[in-house]
Amino acid sequence: MLESILEMLSYPFMQRAIVAGLLISLCAALLGVILVLKNLSMIGDGLSHVAFGATAVALVANLAPLKIAIPVVLVAAFSLMHRRHSARLRGDAAVAILSTGALAIGVMAISVTPGVNVDLSSYMFGSILAVSREDVLLCIVLSVVVLTLFVLFYPRIFAVTFDEDFARASGLRAEGYALLCAALTAVTVVIGMRLMGAMLISSLIIFPAVTSLRLFRSFRTAVISSAVLSALCFLCGITVSYFFSTPAGASIVCANILFYLLFSLAGMLVKPSR
Amino acid sequence: MALITCKNLALSYEGRRVLEDVEFSLSAGDYLCIVGENGSGKSTLMKALLSLKSPDRGEITFGEGLRRTEIGYLPQQASIARDFPASVREIVLSGCQNSLGRRLFYSAAARRRAAEVMEKLGISHLARRPWQELSGGQQQRVLLCRALCATRRVLLLDEPVAGLDPVVTAELYGIIRDCNREGMTVIMISHDMQAALSDATHVLHLAGRQVYFGPAEDYRASDAAELLLGGVCHA
Repeated sequence: MLESILEMLSYPFMQRAIVAGLLISLCAALLGVILVLKNLSMIGDGLSHVAFGATAVALVANLAPLKIAIPVVLVAAFSLMHRRHSARLRGDAAVAILSTGALAIGVMAISVTPGVNVDLSSYMFGSILAVSREDVLLCIVLSVVVLTLFVLFYPRIFAVTFDEDFARASGLRAEGYALLCAALTAVTVVIGMRLMGAMLISSLIIFPAVTSLRLFRSFRTAVISSAVLSALCFLCGITVSYFFSTPAGASIVCANILFYLLFSLAGMLVKPSR
Repeated sequence: MALITCKNLALSYEGRRVLEDVEFSLSAGDYLCIVGENGSGKSTLMKALLSLKSPDRGEITFGEGLRRTEIGYLPQQASIARDFPASVREIVLSGCQNSLGRRLFYSAAARRRAAEVMEKLGISHLARRPWQELSGGQQQRVLLCRALCATRRVLLLDEPVAGLDPVVTAELYGIIRDCNREGMTVIMISHDMQAALSDATHVLHLAGRQVYFGPAEDYRASDAAELLLGGVCHA
């Protein structure tokens, strides 16, 4: 058993996938706590579809996918976040329009361009082999930024997440925090899409937070649990994926489902009245 | 000089003018009760006092060195998720944000202040309890503690007793009364006229515009009170 695991760790592509995946899982989980508690979890889902659309268009136009996808998804994230209080176009409808629209544009771009030999499913459902050295580097930078911000601004992040009005009345620039959160989510989605796939990356944002909330009832414990759980599910998923040749993204999501069920059960046992 | 002055104020909510011609001033230690029917602009005025909303016209000025961020705010209960994962201590301490300044974490003084107000409101024993397991009355006390961490001068309360049972309501009014007697200026939106009028020194009655502003004792006999209370106030 140990030998097989060591063998798994000896492949450079696995090393890259594991380092990048762990860091992305960590970022996604931390941002996920904020998004889930603010009822914005669908933003992550919407952004992943936009990322797919932008990547497809970039491939068709023969451009570097990341250089197109990151700015496009950033713009989408800002506009969704900015509109979250708007009454005219309800937040969830805006997300749905943007995500299905972007997906359709991506599919159209690929289908009408002859000679584009793209493995669509690797972008839809991710691929371990797709993680490059450049991606690993980006993941390291992103996770350092997310972790540093989370630790340094922890009291302010709690305040803004718990009660935005009170935070603003106390002089906090809540809109700035919301946009920063949107920007970091956008980058996380674009980079994570390579490994997890456009269809599944948002589960990395939503699952650990929702699962943690089944059991933990203070902000600090919920945040720590999300981060640990996300890393754990990633390691379980990628190991299963390696040994049973299952897709990495789907394996990781299945690990998340399993932990969600476990935590729900534990939550019920700890607090039977709920 | 007055502590808070509104001059010729006009406010909108989602692009629609909801409040006009608001003009009043409060001195330190006043207890103002804002009354009016639903949609009369009470909460919009409160948002403006908290600088969450800028007026279409007119201005709100703070005197006696009161800073804009130095107002303790108790929001309507519905505005905070009842199942938010947070301990009582985490929430109360978050009231000290306006004293963070450039500091990243709460100072020892802020932590002492949080412990002090929890002691004062009798919820010290709840400090480690999760927010979602508290009763409605306990949750209001926690939010009041948070507001008291933010200020020693002005409290803004948006329907603090809505949905609470009579015993808890009386307790909460008692706490607010005590704060006022210790010199805290109180501004409260309330639908509970009788209880509100027994403690308030001033009344502001809104109905899309300012219908009445003045001492609470004169309000009972005014035409404005007749509008809202019917005959009740003469009882």
